[in-house]
Amino acid sequence: MGVMSALLLQLGQVGLVLLVAPAVSGMIRKMKARLQRRIGPPVLQPYRDLRRLIGKDVVLADNTSWFFRMAPYLIFAATWVAAALVPTFQTGLMFSWSGDMIAIVALLGVARFLQAAAAIDTGTSFGGIGASREVMIASLAEPAMIMVTFTVALVAGSSQLSTIAEFMLHSVGLRVSLGMALVALVIVALAENARIPVDNPATHLELTMVHEAMVLEYSGRHLAMIELAGSLRLLLYISLIACIFFPVGLVVSGAGFLAYAAALGAYGMKLVIASVFLATFEMSIAKMRVFRVPSLLGIALMLGLLGTLLLFISEGM
Amino acid sequence: MRVLLIGVAVLLGGSLLSLLPLSRESKSSVIYGGCFATCLVLSAMALVGVAGDASSAVLPLGLPWLGAHFHLDALAAVFLVIVNLGGAAASFYALGYGAHEHEPMRVLPFYPAFLAGMNLVILAADAYSFLFSWELMSLASWALVMAHHRDAGTTRAGYVYLMMASFGTFALLLAFGFLAGPGGAFAFDAITQHVLSPGVGAIVLALAFIGAGSKAGLVPLHVWLPLAHPAAPSHVSALMSGVMTKVAVYAFIRIVFELMGAPAWWWGLPALLLGGITAALGVLYALMETDIKRILAYSTIENIGIIFAALGLALAFKAAGMGDAGALAVTAALFHAANHMLFKSTLFFGAGTIIVATGEQDVERLGGLIHRMPISSSAFLIAALAISSLPPFNGFASEWLVFQGILVSPHLPRMALKLLVPAVGVLLALSAALAAACFVRAFGAAYLGRARTAAAAAAREADVWSVSSMVVCATLCLLTGIFPGAVIDWMQPAAVALVGGRMPPQLDIAWFSIAPVSASRSSYNGFLIFVFLVLAASFAAWVVHRVASRAMRRAPFWDCGYPGAGPIAQYSATSLAQPIRRVFATVAFDAHEQVDMPLPGDQRPATIHRFMRDPVWEFAYAPVAAGVGWMARWMNRLQFLTIRRYLSAVFVTLILLLLVLAIWG
Amino acid sequence: MSAFSLDVAHMFAGGLVLVSFMMLYQDRLFPLINALSLHSFLLALSVAWQAHIQNTPDLYVTALISIGFKTLAVPMALRRMVEKMGLHREIEAAVRTGLTMLVGIGLVGLSMDLMLRVTAGASVLVREDIALALSVVLLGLLIMVTRRNAISQVIGFMSLENGLILAGTGARGMPLVVEISVAFSVLIAFIVIGIFLFRIRERFDTVDVRALDSFRGERR
Repeated sequence: MGVMSALLLQLGQVGLVLLVAPAVSGMIRKMKARLQRRIGPPVLQPYRDLRRLIGKDVVLADNTSWFFRMAPYLIFAATWVAAALVPTFQTGLMFSWSGDMIAIVALLGVARFLQAAAAIDTGTSFGGIGASREVMIASLAEPAMIMVTFTVALVAGSSQLSTIAEFMLHSVGLRVSLGMALVALVIVALAENARIPVDNPATHLELTMVHEAMVLEYSGRHLAMIELAGSLRLLLYISLIACIFFPVGLVVSGAGFLAYAAALGAYGMKLVIASVFLATFEMSIAKMRVFRVPSLLGIALMLGLLGTLLLFISEGM
Repeated sequence: MRVLLIGVAVLLGGSLLSLLPLSRESKSSVIYGGCFATCLVLSAMALVGVAGDASSAVLPLGLPWLGAHFHLDALAAVFLVIVNLGGAAASFYALGYGAHEHEPMRVLPFYPAFLAGMNLVILAADAYSFLFSWELMSLASWALVMAHHRDAGTTRAGYVYLMMASFGTFALLLAFGFLAGPGGAFAFDAITQHVLSPGVGAIVLALAFIGAGSKAGLVPLHVWLPLAHPAAPSHVSALMSGVMTKVAVYAFIRIVFELMGAPAWWWGLPALLLGGITAALGVLYALMETDIKRILAYSTIENIGIIFAALGLALAFKAAGMGDAGALAVTAALFHAANHMLFKSTLFFGAGTIIVATGEQDVERLGGLIHRMPISSSAFLIAALAISSLPPFNGFASEWLVFQGILVSPHLPRMALKLLVPAVGVLLALSAALAAACFVRAFGAAYLGRARTAAAAAAREADVWSVSSMVVCATLCLLTGIFPGAVIDWMQPAAVALVGGRMPPQLDIAWFSIAPVSASRSSYNGFLIFVFLVLAASFAAWVVHRVASRAMRRAPFWDCGYPGAGPIAQYSATSLAQPIRRVFATVAFDAHEQVDMPLPGDQRPATIHRFMRDPVWEFAYAPVAAGVGWMARWMNRLQFLTIRRYLSAVFVTLILLLLVLAIWG
Repeated sequence: MSAFSLDVAHMFAGGLVLVSFMMLYQDRLFPLINALSLHSFLLALSVAWQAHIQNTPDLYVTALISIGFKTLAVPMALRRMVEKMGLHREIEAAVRTGLTMLVGIGLVGLSMDLMLRVTAGASVLVREDIALALSVVLLGLLIMVTRRNAISQVIGFMSLENGLILAGTGARGMPLVVEISVAFSVLIAFIVIGIFLFRIRERFDTVDVRALDSFRGERR
């Protein structure tokens, strides 16, 4: 395969995640509405929201600095790069080796750092409350994520997502550790994407909110960037779970046109299924108090650690 | 070798120079300028010296039958670069910052001596000159800590520091005694020939932990560090935190990896455990502080923990005969040591500019400095991102290497190590996430938001020297972050010497990737990540500005409909740490709060009290202090004896010593 | 033995450890009882699988006992007990949950390190089963130690017993007689504890075992 087509595939992946991300958010919103017996906004509503936001003037709070204006673009860039590093339809893309799972976690960490700092820059109490809770949640979610990485890397012998996916595609028996890692990863994903039960993406004016409190002072194109980054992060976690635990349909590279079409179709199906699960889950559970969240994330951390320990038993033979 | 020693002599001469009757300004700029130039030359020499052959020299100083041995090998060269780059940056910074010193004569004579001491520790190749240089370093830094001796708390800091430093040196003295054995061969060459029995090895290991660990700030020997580092002038704080702790790490590596010979399998255990605990506790302490320099000092403890954990991993690999994996871990430790020097220097320089600009070091009384100090705040931001181990900066590259080392650990033969290492990995991940929280908080409270006091509102950007020193260090943070392969390759001779293996050459890999074991296993490319980030951000900004309205209005903040709250109603640093305090510090520090909320109609003000206890101080130091007090009271009786009793005490002691000699002699 | 059958055995045994952790975490009574059911059910599956791969049909009896007795009967009885006594649904833990979990992880690590070393010569299945079984036993003890409520202590005890059975089946099957006698002894223990519970309840109006301490005049 020539360099050009490799580059094209890589660019295709980069563009794909950006294009699909808002649709996934819209799909989940729609499903939740249907489950609540509402009609709900159309699936493509997030795109319209983005267009509307981009067209609007930016209203900046008096005090905010250049950092506050730069942050949305950097947050978006970090999330986008991270999302593009997760295999969606093909493994082993041209630049897939430029970061492993740890680097992806860290890129999301960059976005979070900037987001929290920008929230403090508003000089308001809501910005601070959101930032302080976000970093608290992250301080537990990140070790859990590292443990998941460790478990998976121990099984697959690599922390590189493409290699992991190819390994999982071929040869894995039943591993209770992987099950634990999956549950842990799902919990982390819920926490990092500010979904119920950790945070409520649809809420405003509530003392329990975390993520929304941080972006309260953003408007116009800045808000559009942050919203898009949020959708990308959700897509990233869905792709991550799909690529590690359900790699069915991934193209290994150098396959024909039909295989690519099938891979894209499989990816679409995975997104729909994940959305159904997420919507149903969010419908059937209540939001936690903020200080219950640490014990939830503690479970994720414990599952990750336990998964690794159990692996040693089966590997140690 | 000769040039290096001459450089050190020049530094020592600088101390004497400060005694000449020159004007204050010229003296300050001559000394700092001279230190800057000398350090730059020394670091350039060492930079080349890593790959070169080892060289040594013996000077007719010190003990007459021993002489003073000096030696430059790859390990020493790596640390010389760390020391002298840090020294050069601090000296350059001080060209501007030193002008604000009230009593320059309390700083100038000791500053070059401090630099010389650190250089000599690294060059020393026999126990005597090592300990002599170590004491020179300790005493010079103690004098620098005491520079602002009139400030509250400085005398206590100096006292605790002096106590801990003497204690640490004492431990090292004993360690060298055991290492040299009864023959008393104090040159390092001779020591390496001497094989230790397992029991003695354990004792020497413990002593090395106490001696080097107390200087580096390993929990529970860290108590002096957050007192002493902030008390010194800021450029000295940067040196103490960024450089002197690395000299202690060097001492640990030299003793444990080289002088003690082949490691037993369990030698890595204490380093791993203490490192992990130090990392997590250090940053947790930092999160509870509001004094910016104390925050930075505690974060130094955290980074020392990361370095020690990596060293423990390297020891475990070395003992298991896994040379290449050991090289990975040891490179991670060395790389992190170099990185920490870069970003911690930047951060302390930033703290210094804040203190000069506002006269405040409590972040609760700052805020909004980003408007008035744009350049130094950007440098501080970059260093904060780097120390939070976030890509594409250098902190992430080295932390990533540590995690890669942990990912190799399942191949270790011992089950106990296998089980422990992932737990240490959790502690390191926890400390990385908490470090990000800590620096969001420190950066946010000091530079972002609205000014909380008039002093913060009147701040001005610092002088050219200080700012450019910060900018250079921050740039180096970025450069080593996007080209980590160059640094890794450069460090390999040291790794080969220490663990007998090496990492695959990194610069051969396309696109400046780094791949610690093999590319299919894991790789990271800071350069591409950086390029992608820049491209993505500029693409987004370009598209948005093409399509969107570029209009922008300023308006009062909305804050969910609670406008008009004054700057004091912003989220403070203490409140930013509140969730983390509730989650972690209730366990670690027994933190709790007492809220007194008056009923409606009651005129009392509402109050909230926080309580916290330092477990290390209460369990490790308070009993010792009480014991010493008790001993002192008891010994006090000796002061009121008759002459005859004194004489008989001397006599009994003499007889006892003679008896000892008669029995064992 | 095929890799697949090993994987399945590993999955069930690992699942047991996981459910033990769920019990350790759970701070409400009914979910705790459900977790016990799940625990015993997993044990039954694990034992049945062992019976299948080791070709020892008498282990099926053990599995049946586990399903009938510990998955259904005991939890039902416990549930009735809770309802009858109108207990608070929340259990007061004596130690913080997070700390307990950490200790639990440490115990699992310890038992693995120990057991894998002790059983160095044995077959893979045995080593694995025994290491995990010891973890389950230790976790059961931990549950008993960290809870103040007598019912949760009973549950901890039952999960401990499950761990013992897991160890027994791993070691090439316990003789059926031993198994049945163990089951009976547990039954008797259960009855004794049940009576004991009602007696405490009658006398002290609570099932918090601290009431016993004060009765003995130990604390306060």
